[in-house]
Amino acid sequence: MRKTTLSVAAVAAVSLLAACGGGETEPAETTEDTAAAEESAAPEASGNLVIWSDEERAEAIETAAETFTAETGAEVEVVTKNFEDIRADFLAQVPTGEGPDLTIGAHDWLGSLIVNGVVDTVDLGATVDEFEDVAIEAMTYDGQLYGLPYAQETVALIRNTELAPDPVPATWDEMIAAGEETGADLPFVINTAGADGDAYTYYAFQTSFGAPVFEQNADGSYTTEIGMGGDGGYAYAEWLAENGQGGEGLLSTDWTYDIANQEFADGNAPYTVAGPWAIPTYTDAGIDVAVEPVPAAGDETAAPFVGVQGFYLSAQSENKLLATSFLTNYMATPEAMQAMYDADPRIPALTATAEAVAEDPIVAGFLAASQNGAPMPSIPEMGDVWDHWNAAEAALIAGDAEPEAAWDKMLADLDATLNG
Amino acid sequence: MSTDTTAAPVRDSHARAWEGTGWGFAVKLVLMAAVNAIGLYVAWSAWDVDQWGVLVASLALVVVADVVYFSRRRIAGKYLYPGLVFLLLFQVFTMAYTLYVATTNYGTGHNSTQEQAVEALLIQNERPVDGAPTYPLTIVRDGEDLGFAVVDDSGQVLVGTADEPLAPADDAVVDGQVVTSLDGFEAVDLPTLLADPALQEDVLELRVPTSDDADSGSYRTREGTRATVYASSLDWDPEAGTMTDTTTGTVYTADGETGQFVAEDGSTLPVGWRVGVGFDNFTKAFTDDDYSGPFWKITAWTFAFAFLSVGLSFLLGLAIALLFDDKRLRGRAVMRTLFILPYAFPVFLSALLWRGMLNSNPDYGIINSLFFFGQRIEWLTDPFLAKVAIIGVNLWLTFPYFFLVCTGAKQSLPSELSEAARIDGAGPWRHFRAIQLPLLLISTTPLLISSFAFTFNNFVIVYMLTGGGPRFTDTSAPLGHTDILITMIYQISGVQGGSADYGLASALSILVFLVVGGISAVAFRRTRKLEEVL
Repeated sequence: MRKTTLSVAAVAAVSLLAACGGGETEPAETTEDTAAAEESAAPEASGNLVIWSDEERAEAIETAAETFTAETGAEVEVVTKNFEDIRADFLAQVPTGEGPDLTIGAHDWLGSLIVNGVVDTVDLGATVDEFEDVAIEAMTYDGQLYGLPYAQETVALIRNTELAPDPVPATWDEMIAAGEETGADLPFVINTAGADGDAYTYYAFQTSFGAPVFEQNADGSYTTEIGMGGDGGYAYAEWLAENGQGGEGLLSTDWTYDIANQEFADGNAPYTVAGPWAIPTYTDAGIDVAVEPVPAAGDETAAPFVGVQGFYLSAQSENKLLATSFLTNYMATPEAMQAMYDADPRIPALTATAEAVAEDPIVAGFLAASQNGAPMPSIPEMGDVWDHWNAAEAALIAGDAEPEAAWDKMLADLDATLNG
Repeated sequence: MSTDTTAAPVRDSHARAWEGTGWGFAVKLVLMAAVNAIGLYVAWSAWDVDQWGVLVASLALVVVADVVYFSRRRIAGKYLYPGLVFLLLFQVFTMAYTLYVATTNYGTGHNSTQEQAVEALLIQNERPVDGAPTYPLTIVRDGEDLGFAVVDDSGQVLVGTADEPLAPADDAVVDGQVVTSLDGFEAVDLPTLLADPALQEDVLELRVPTSDDADSGSYRTREGTRATVYASSLDWDPEAGTMTDTTTGTVYTADGETGQFVAEDGSTLPVGWRVGVGFDNFTKAFTDDDYSGPFWKITAWTFAFAFLSVGLSFLLGLAIALLFDDKRLRGRAVMRTLFILPYAFPVFLSALLWRGMLNSNPDYGIINSLFFFGQRIEWLTDPFLAKVAIIGVNLWLTFPYFFLVCTGAKQSLPSELSEAARIDGAGPWRHFRAIQLPLLLISTTPLLISSFAFTFNNFVIVYMLTGGGPRFTDTSAPLGHTDILITMIYQISGVQGGSADYGLASALSILVFLVVGGISAVAFRRTRKLEEVL
């Protein structure tokens, strides 16, 4: 008996070891297999596009795809996935041939998609001029456009109009003074992601000291040179410590995303910095809000990060012409962009659509804030910056560290991570 | 597995009966038909997508299944086959694949094959020429030969192929911006193009030179209706395995050791490919300064965390189990149910709740405001307290398990033993030490070991509660005081963003597996000794 069992195991083991060379993610194959099977069964039929999307936007894409299918006869299959999973899955599955033709994605993935060789360029032709500059800039890498931008988002200053009826002051100090006058518990509240630190939400304050995360070229593209060193960086570090728990107590690492939102929604703070995603939390709590650009803490314009969402074309797609045609002729249209906005309200990247939806004062506020902003760097190095950067800011706000020493330590760590 | 299965059965089972009702046999036939159908379907799908490994594996599994279940012998095989298949698919395959990845440099910048890296580099370095015109395009063909027909700004039609630069074609008929007929060529309309994947590929690959000068770029199209001038700045020579930058003249040579294109001055092209690196990843964890320091600290803390968590929750669970076993206690049923509650919540949810409750600001953190008189205690940011918090929360989460297990085990102890002990004059402590505990340990030790293995890799609690923080201040690696080995591997693998190093992460996983496996093996061996008490 034992011999039989062993031989069964041996045969199966050998065959499976042979399988190691093949596909690595079995479950994802099912849909692909079916698609491939259909294709081979009817070779005369045109190719099918596979698009990855998250659930919110899948329907809007399907609507745009209907026109496309009617006019070209090509079927579009929208596969819904968790947005957080798309990046890693796209990186892993495109090389195996299991990836989609197109995927929705964030522009800051671009750097890693490029060095991993999984993304193709897109040529929008003259249509490029119809998009917001910052959106095209964000999807551009080394002079090449790598995707169709469709939406942008940024953080802005949110004001409780009941507590603070006047438009937002231009500087941090004036805002804090105005905030203290309202008599609310806190003059200002902001998400610090608890003890982890949140350099993303704080970034507008940092740039107002002239300390961008990476140095920018004249055309707005980022170099791999860290821009946070020097006097601007130290001034910002100083500012964090002064206003943190060891100083004025205006900033705190006790505030997580939920706590910051709750304080604002409870009417305990007249001002906060947050993105459009937080607005429903406030309005549902009965707070009337106004949205304006973030006030400057230093001498320069407070430029928050602008994140851009778009469609990427797989470098291994077998239907590139069809996919590009879908993007440039069917997605880059006001109708499709409006449908995407209706499905998931993010500020459209297509200028005409953005202006159309800017009748809503909240959208107009975020649009104005994004026009002050700079795209989040999409270079691969960006992904390695967060950990050190967040931690340094959290330590400074908590009052655990000397500003200059902590900032220098962060710069040294970044140097080791990026160049080591 | 008994040894006497070779003895001839007195009567065939229902599953073999050809006569009588034969229901068993019918069910078996249906089931086996389904198994065969699924196996063949998988094999066929694999054939379609050229996955030969999957094809061979699924066919082999089907054949083995048929042999095992239709043979009169191989009784043990009939029971073991399903389990073995799952073992192979979910354990052996995963382990073998992890081992394979551990010996490569798979990670950011080394994501795929050299062929795909070359493709990607060529894509990235073929750019539209600044200021060059974009013209409306019609695809034309002459038999197998494809060409571009464009209408320039003056309305003049130009035609060209891969060999012939664009040249005026005076006899063309134009409808709007679309060329409808042309001497020597057949115009391909858009619907025909979009319905023909093979043609699309040829069209995408077609480059029509702008002039006889090869360096001035060539027309290409991306979506079939517009042609733009592109120029490539990288030249791939497959024979020599070199990439030449045509603007600077730098020659990059494919380096099979590192999986990158390297120039003489050491500069590299951004896209590399996956190559084998032997055991480099295994040594890196111990030798690389950024990792070796934290690695030992994290290993020590992982052991401390696993032993303390399991030990404390076992003791607490046991204590409560013994307490609630006392029949004089009232409301035992209700209390027991309440104790099980923490166990009933999903761990990630409880961990997130605890994270909120442990907020150091007493206005937000209920722990500090209720139990510590509103003092500010840095539960999650002080290195020592963060460890205490993790062990504490894990204790809260896991003691109900041991409470349940110990209650069950205690109730199954024969009561004669307790009576005998009492008659022999043993006090309660003596009774517990000499009789109850050894007997309880026999049944709970395997569970203690599996708990240990689980806690050793308890990613969720660390990730959700502290995220590994507070961070080490003496290293540049993004690791912290409460990181355990598995969260360290997660950080290094870079799936959450940042640069990934799957090779190193796989190597570390294997080391962790060896540690857990080794400890479990030793512990199980000792369990057998415990059984000799009886």
